[in-house]
Amino acid sequence: MSKISDFSSTSARQSVELAIQRAKEANETYNFAISLTEARALERAGKVESGEITGRLAGVPFIAKDNFLTFGGTTTAASKILSNFEAPLQATAIEKLEAEGAICIGKANLDAFAHGGSTENSAYGPTKNAHDQTKVAGGSSGGSAVSVALDIVPFALGSDTGGSIRQPASFNGVVGIKPTYGTVSRYGVVAMASSTDVIGAFTTDSTDAELVMSIIAGKDAKDMTTIDDFFAPEAVKPGQKIGLIKEFMTDDVDPEVRAATLAYAEKLKAAGHTVSEVSLPIVKYTLAMYYIIVPAEISSNLGRYDGIRYGKRAEAGSLSELYGKSRDEGFMTENKRRIMIGSFVLSSGYFDAYYLQAQKARTLLINELNELFGQYDALIGPVAPTPAFALGENSSDPIKMYLADVMTVPASLAGVPAISVPAGVSSTGLPIGVQLIGQRRSDAALLALSGSLEGSI
Amino acid sequence: MTDEAIAYNRGMTQISTDDVRHLAQLSSLQLSDNETTDLQHDLERIISYIEQLSELNTDGVEPTYQVTDLENVWRTDTIDDYGIGRDALLAIAPERVGNQIKVPKVL
Repeated sequence: MSKISDFSSTSARQSVELAIQRAKEANETYNFAISLTEARALERAGKVESGEITGRLAGVPFIAKDNFLTFGGTTTAASKILSNFEAPLQATAIEKLEAEGAICIGKANLDAFAHGGSTENSAYGPTKNAHDQTKVAGGSSGGSAVSVALDIVPFALGSDTGGSIRQPASFNGVVGIKPTYGTVSRYGVVAMASSTDVIGAFTTDSTDAELVMSIIAGKDAKDMTTIDDFFAPEAVKPGQKIGLIKEFMTDDVDPEVRAATLAYAEKLKAAGHTVSEVSLPIVKYTLAMYYIIVPAEISSNLGRYDGIRYGKRAEAGSLSELYGKSRDEGFMTENKRRIMIGSFVLSSGYFDAYYLQAQKARTLLINELNELFGQYDALIGPVAPTPAFALGENSSDPIKMYLADVMTVPASLAGVPAISVPAGVSSTGLPIGVQLIGQRRSDAALLALSGSLEGSI
Repeated sequence: MTDEAIAYNRGMTQISTDDVRHLAQLSSLQLSDNETTDLQHDLERIISYIEQLSELNTDGVEPTYQVTDLENVWRTDTIDDYGIGRDALLAIAPERVGNQIKVPKVL
């Protein structure tokens, strides 16, 4: 896989043309991209060549998950309702990358509206794993992860609401960062669950993740939940205390995944850090919290897709029929499940028992994590219970699919940073990632830690 | 809005197809009969799963609705179109008449 710095000596036009050509070829097999923004990419490459566009990423091609609003093509969120949607604005993250000369060459496949963990719930068909075409890419940012793993682009943008960057990063053997909530502006990204949605990146190593994060992070008046720009690459702190979350290492977790996690823990020890087992007992309830809070926010955020102001409109005689048919035709089954679960948990008779109870439980989770962060610099555990599973294996059983998120949702609900870095390969050749979780604003410290071990895996 | 239609007994969550239709109505979804049957099964399982949260003692615990600790982020009360003109927004509407978005009759 290529690093961002590998592009500094090639011409922008060559880099972009090659990336587009390779994307077209690979897409026939892997279906990682929904569309390519060829014309705009070549136009921008020309401007880099002429010196009109400069910056730290001048001429470096990248791919954005198709829930980022971009110029030069459609933004579908992998849904039918937005199949023809051409955004009148660009996401802040895209604008910031373009200001540094980066060139978006296409839009990556995802689970529609980012609802899913396999990139099978796409209206444009599933994405295939970069290492095994019979396996899922992971999700929901599956296409972004695969585009980096296949070496089409050196970095890609994704969004992570409950694991949607970390899990596909693990499944495809690349680095994925879910930053502290509020680090990167969500403006111009299709909203899923506003209290846990974050924007992050896929790269081939931790240094490139630092570079991309340092460009896209920062306060944005267009997203009032953004926090001050704290992200700055730092040196690894020696002799860190790392906690291995024991609830993530039970017999329910694939033995090869546990072995890769323990092997990474050994490397941390060899580098002079201490690793000891810690307990996060509330983990058994975090998936239930997540699948109450997130559908509640989804049901609200997806209310805007009604066929009136933009998106596809169904033929109908009355307004209510127009809403109902446009939404029924425009959403995938998983979107409907989540919207209806959200409507259920927010209903007047059930609000306290479900939604309020989940938000109280979220406080207990944050308290447990804070207690650990008082004693440990970072926590470690697997990203997902298994390596990439087979296409179709979990798609008929929503609960089975949800269980794959069990180790990624705690950091999401708490709003703390977590990264997924390659830690090993299964006996069948599938990548296995390890997850490092830190306290709020420790994003750069986590990348410094993982970066210090790269080359030794 | 009445929720009596949602039949639900703690511990043995049961969701009927009528409940699914009610939730679909709350969600502005016009489902086919096949979808209603499939979703009845799925929703019953999902709700039974999330129901386990009732075991957790949260007496006296404050809820967390957001994690930024930000409060009341103000801006001046002036119109900002974020650089997107009215025409650009009207251009993406499915049906338009002049400067207005056309919809079917409401009543």
